[in-house]
Amino acid sequence: MNTRQNVLFDAPGPKARARILLTNIFGIVIFLAAAFFVLKALADKGQLAPELWSPFLTSDVWQFTILPGLMNTFKAAAVAIVTSVLFGLLFGVGRLAANSTLRWICGVIVEFLRAVPVLLMMIFFYLLFGQLQIGTPADIPFYAVVVALTLYNGSVIAELVRSGVFGLPKGQREAGMAIGMTRGQSLRNIELPQALVAMLPALVSQFVVILKDSALGYIITYAELLRSLQIYGSAGPILQALTVAAVLFIIINFALSWLANWLSRFLSSRTSGKTEPLTTQPMAVKV
Amino acid sequence: MDSLSEYFQSYLTALESYDVVGAFWVNIQLAFWAALGSAVLGTVLALMRISPVPSFRWAGASYVNIFRNTPLTIIMTFCILVLVFQLQLNLSSDFDFNFFLWAVVGLTVYHAAFVCEAIRSGVNTVPLGQAEAARAIGLSFLPAARMIILPQAFRGAIAPLGNTLIALTKNTTVAAAASVPEAAGLMKTMIEFRPDVILAIFATFAAGFVLIVIPIGLLTTWLSTKLAVTR
Repeated sequence: MNTRQNVLFDAPGPKARARILLTNIFGIVIFLAAAFFVLKALADKGQLAPELWSPFLTSDVWQFTILPGLMNTFKAAAVAIVTSVLFGLLFGVGRLAANSTLRWICGVIVEFLRAVPVLLMMIFFYLLFGQLQIGTPADIPFYAVVVALTLYNGSVIAELVRSGVFGLPKGQREAGMAIGMTRGQSLRNIELPQALVAMLPALVSQFVVILKDSALGYIITYAELLRSLQIYGSAGPILQALTVAAVLFIIINFALSWLANWLSRFLSSRTSGKTEPLTTQPMAVKV
Repeated sequence: MDSLSEYFQSYLTALESYDVVGAFWVNIQLAFWAALGSAVLGTVLALMRISPVPSFRWAGASYVNIFRNTPLTIIMTFCILVLVFQLQLNLSSDFDFNFFLWAVVGLTVYHAAFVCEAIRSGVNTVPLGQAEAARAIGLSFLPAARMIILPQAFRGAIAPLGNTLIALTKNTTVAAAASVPEAAGLMKTMIEFRPDVILAIFATFAAGFVLIVIPIGLLTTWLSTKLAVTR
């Protein structure tokens, strides 16, 4: 039992321990029964037949369906991660600029991009690039996915940069000023390096969002993991194909979340800022 | 100047031939019902995760880890392609309403995981000293939870809950994958039929979402600062 539990619950005595044990057994029975009924319903519909699942263990399906799909997912996510970090740094520093006009413009752009759904931007850029004939028709979905992911996640990262600098103790800037640095020098040499280290865990959490949102490319026919498995499964094993897609996403995202938590512990002694991964949705509107 | 007013004219005719407000109304309805559903499911999950019963905690944590890490697009396509088309699980005999209901279910199960984490993070903002103080003045579990812990936890949860509501509102566009006639799908149709005014059409739909999302954001930010617990 971790320490947070203690806010609501005192260390249990013998009576409470007996009650917890009973509830625990009740819970196990309920969850096992629920799992049993789901599996039984699936078996009755013939969805657990081994011949529907075994193709996903063959090298053919991996070579021609899963791995190409994964590659496209990773390609879009990797490019989007790099471009959105660049976008985020640019606009995050812009929002901290001494010039109030620049600050205001960057603020409006970032707030606008965070309020518009990623899918809306993706569809727009997909059709716009098609109209302007940017890239070959085969590349257009990829460009649309990357641009839409960059604009949205870049603006979230810009917000991380800004709140990272604001989250530093005030003394950091004051110390910079005290030794004769200008505001810009203190920002570049003292505050940003610490803020960037502090925001790394939250940044890695945001990579999970980028990876998940890359699956939106399915809707604009980008041949990522979900799309390739859906095409394979449309011949019959659709439940199995989509389950495989979900499991792969869960494994990758779980690993990234674990990395974010590890980074948070590892880096906490290297900065005066707060190193916390994002466990909830990032703040969408700041006033 | 002429070309500008011409552009505006053709934009107006494009706007007149499609029901943009109706499409946004579908998004708002999706958001409303999914918000209600995920608030209920998320609260149950949060209670499970903070309970002292190991099997409840394990089940709650598994749910959150599975659904938080699955793309919403997969959940949505799973609902339609697997549950409706393959397994013939229909929530309504009406063809279109059935898709709408499944979209609400998909949005609910996905965002319930985030609601659970928002509530849990609210509980985590309460310092241990508060519980110790409550016990020290002789309050037992229920009075301590009702008068000391939960009021502070709810205040701490307002901001993350508001952000989840905003994300949910924007994510209603993913219902396009469930062929629900909502805003993103309508925008696609409109641009395909009227490619001459593509920029104006996108600006209209983007502005629509800004108009819906910004007030929610302002309200939750105002509430969370007004009700913030000073520590």
